[in-house]
Amino acid sequence: MIEETEVRNPRPPLPPPVRRIVVDSPPTVVAPAAVDQSAARPERSPAGPERMTLDSLSVFYGANHAVKEVSLPIRQGEVLALIGPSGCGKTTLLRTLNRLTELTPTARREGTIALDGQDIDLLEVTELRRRVAMVFQQPNPFPMSIFDNVAYALREQSRKRPSKPVVQPLVIDALQRAGLYDEVRDDLERPALRLSGGQQQRLCIARAIATRPEVLLMDEPCSALDPRSTAVIEELIGDLRRDLAIVIVTHNLQQAYRVGDRVAFMYLGDLVEYGPTEQVFGAPRAQRTRDYVGGAFG
Amino acid sequence: MAVAPHTEPLKPLRPPRKRRVNESVRTWRWSDRIALVLCWATGIALCLIAGAIVLYMGVKGLQFLKLDMIFSRPQASADQQGSGGFLDPILGTVLLTLIGIVLATPVAVATAIWIVEYGRPSWLARGVESGIEIVAGTPDIVIAIFGLALFQQGLFSPLSFTAEGGAVFGRSFLTAGAMMSLIALPMVFGATREGLQAVPMHLREASYGLGKTKIATIRRVLLPAVKPNISTGAALGMGRIAGDTAIVVVLLGATLRIDPEGSIPGTNVLRGTGGTLTSYVYNNSPAGEGNAEQKAYAAAFVLLLIVIALNFAVDLIARRGAKTGLESTRLGA
Amino acid sequence: MLDRLREPWSDRRAERTLGALACLVLIAIVLMIVFVAVRAWPSFHHNGLAWFSGRGDIDQQIGVQVNTGANPTRADYTIGAWPLIWGTILTTGFAVVIGVAFSVLTAIFIVEFAPGPLRRLIVPVVRLLAAVPSVIYGLIGILVLVPFVTNHLVGEGRKESVQYVINLSGTGLLVSVVILTVMITPIMIAIIVDALYAVPRGWKEGAVALGVNRWRAMWTVSVRAARPAIIAGAVLACARALGEAIMLSMVSGSKGFAPNPADGITFIFEPLRPLASTIVEDAESLNAPAVQATVYSFALLLLASSFFLSIAAWIAKQSMRKYGVR
Repeated sequence: MIEETEVRNPRPPLPPPVRRIVVDSPPTVVAPAAVDQSAARPERSPAGPERMTLDSLSVFYGANHAVKEVSLPIRQGEVLALIGPSGCGKTTLLRTLNRLTELTPTARREGTIALDGQDIDLLEVTELRRRVAMVFQQPNPFPMSIFDNVAYALREQSRKRPSKPVVQPLVIDALQRAGLYDEVRDDLERPALRLSGGQQQRLCIARAIATRPEVLLMDEPCSALDPRSTAVIEELIGDLRRDLAIVIVTHNLQQAYRVGDRVAFMYLGDLVEYGPTEQVFGAPRAQRTRDYVGGAFG
Repeated sequence: MAVAPHTEPLKPLRPPRKRRVNESVRTWRWSDRIALVLCWATGIALCLIAGAIVLYMGVKGLQFLKLDMIFSRPQASADQQGSGGFLDPILGTVLLTLIGIVLATPVAVATAIWIVEYGRPSWLARGVESGIEIVAGTPDIVIAIFGLALFQQGLFSPLSFTAEGGAVFGRSFLTAGAMMSLIALPMVFGATREGLQAVPMHLREASYGLGKTKIATIRRVLLPAVKPNISTGAALGMGRIAGDTAIVVVLLGATLRIDPEGSIPGTNVLRGTGGTLTSYVYNNSPAGEGNAEQKAYAAAFVLLLIVIALNFAVDLIARRGAKTGLESTRLGA
Repeated sequence: MLDRLREPWSDRRAERTLGALACLVLIAIVLMIVFVAVRAWPSFHHNGLAWFSGRGDIDQQIGVQVNTGANPTRADYTIGAWPLIWGTILTTGFAVVIGVAFSVLTAIFIVEFAPGPLRRLIVPVVRLLAAVPSVIYGLIGILVLVPFVTNHLVGEGRKESVQYVINLSGTGLLVSVVILTVMITPIMIAIIVDALYAVPRGWKEGAVALGVNRWRAMWTVSVRAARPAIIAGAVLACARALGEAIMLSMVSGSKGFAPNPADGITFIFEPLRPLASTIVEDAESLNAPAVQATVYSFALLLLASSFFLSIAAWIAKQSMRKYGVR
């Protein structure tokens, strides 16, 4: 019978089989199997006070609703990792924290962001950016010497230009905290652009922390670097955590697992899930989070 | 990108916008504030000066320009205020510009092609590039008297008037045009070279991959791609030639009328002397002999119009070329 | 032979032909240096190093040379070019210094502070100003600025204070420098604006993200990165100012007089005549050998100056490469 029907009305060809993710057991975290999970993550110190608070933050680029009503706390002593596929709004969210979105004429913001209880809209924007520093994806050291780069913020932010003996110990301290001092100590007057990629990024970190900001924003800081430099910078982030609140945007899930204390997963502008790292990676509440950390989409 | 104060569009049914605090100058250092004031002052001053020049020349030009001046020939008379027009200087400008650009463009394009596509031996290529920069930086008055020294040699006597005793005059449209081509050359060269360097390698590789020789690639692929650049450079060069006075005064004689030399029609004008709008303005100003202010203003106005038109042409070609030039040869676009 | 021209050219032949055309430029330069130097030689030969000094009234010296005609004696070659050299240094120096300052500030204004509609208006205006012929600037100078200075700024008392040495009128250093500055700034502004726009975005964002105000971010990062372009613009402007003959011959007063700074404010009203203007004005009498040697010697000095300018600019740019500023 079936053969007759098939000869008269041949079935249309089947579509290629779809790979389905069968989640009947909690998915394992995508850290390399050889890495001991408890050892992969640095010691967590108890989180400090809440430094920044986002309250129903929305960002529009023209008609495009890039970030949809996100509310998050950012605490000192904690690394907040923002993860999500490309175009989900995590970089936009990061850039609103120091009002860098205002450089784009079509950007519009709604909702409140508070720094130490103060609405950042009511704060002078240069003052805000001194307290909330940023490290970019591409290392961007200025075309000056290493010393001048790190001293740049110290010199330009103050009312009266401080003299070199005043600035020098602060520069050395920043370079030490950034883990770069030993490599460059013999000649600080060298042009900064002659350093390697990883060194340049650490120089940018030193430059950002030289003035002792309260919050450090990092926009995929290791995506342009080789694995060894990446490891060095991740260790650095662990050390810097104590005095700062750090927000790091990364598309590398392993990095988010290694470095982050809390993780916020965003998808197409929505904040899908937020919580401690083990919980988001080990026992995600939302289906979409499960799909993302399980590798179903990227 | 500037950090501009953000103005949000009003949206009904939303909570009232709170005032966003931007950079206030109150937090700046004193030296920064002074610098800001100076920046604004110079910007406004530039606008005022430019406006004043354009308006003044426009007003005076329209006041004194009569249409018959463009079409009537100058007359040498004691009372320059009332007599004649400046047809000859206009023709002189046009002729000189044409000669100059016709001589300059092939040499400049060939040089640019040789430097970008071949360039061997490399010391010669560097030398030629430096040479063009030297020519670009040389004052036009030095080029003018070099031209005089060069074309007064017996070898070049057919180019201009030769006196009975064998002394070559050295001044004619041809000699002046040759030196004008020298000052237009760097502009055409620069524009063409930029255009050639902007052509992506994959266009050339596609042509070689089809088995074309280098010279065929240049003729069929590269030259059409940089046509707008060549035109832009040529328009810039023509602007520079039209505005030059020193070479005209030294090498063209800066006479009131075109004085042909010799008997063969056509070449007799080329071998003869004459004047251009620039030398006409110079002669009629209080610094020259004519001292006829109205004529000077009128001629200067016409000259300004020509230069503005050439500038406008450069813009037009550049904009149109950017849209249709390279895109039309881009593969798969 | 025509058949050989018609067949498709081989690459080697094409390369040789194009190379030969390219060398035309080099030939032209070599010829220029040779011809000018050869004709200038007698003047240097007869004057030696005293050529550079002030040996009296240079207008008188040139007048003597014009009058001697075809057979000058050795003494007729005497010339002391210092007044003209000083005039050139004064006009070019003031114009370039004021021009660079003006251009940098205006370029910063255009890139950073100008409101949108104003910015869109200024950029084509600057390019237009750069294309205006120098004779038009000279015309405005001599018909507008010179009468203004004569009638309003140069008073009787001032004229009397120097009347034994020189006659003051509106033409002179002040008007020359003003118009020369206006002439050379547009091209500098265009070059610097292009360079400021070309500064990599990462640097600008980095500076702003460090909480530095707009002016300081622009000045310490963008302008610093644009320094090679500023130097290139300054050299271009300097070359143009050195070679400006026609406009300056209209407004400088055309007297071979070396303005004396010791005169105080009167100094800026004194007439002068730069080298290039002298060449243009004596171009008619170039057949007399003495005049010819003098005029070509001025031209050789101008040629050497523009050559040294290019070298100096190249050296300055090389030293900036160290810090990664292209």
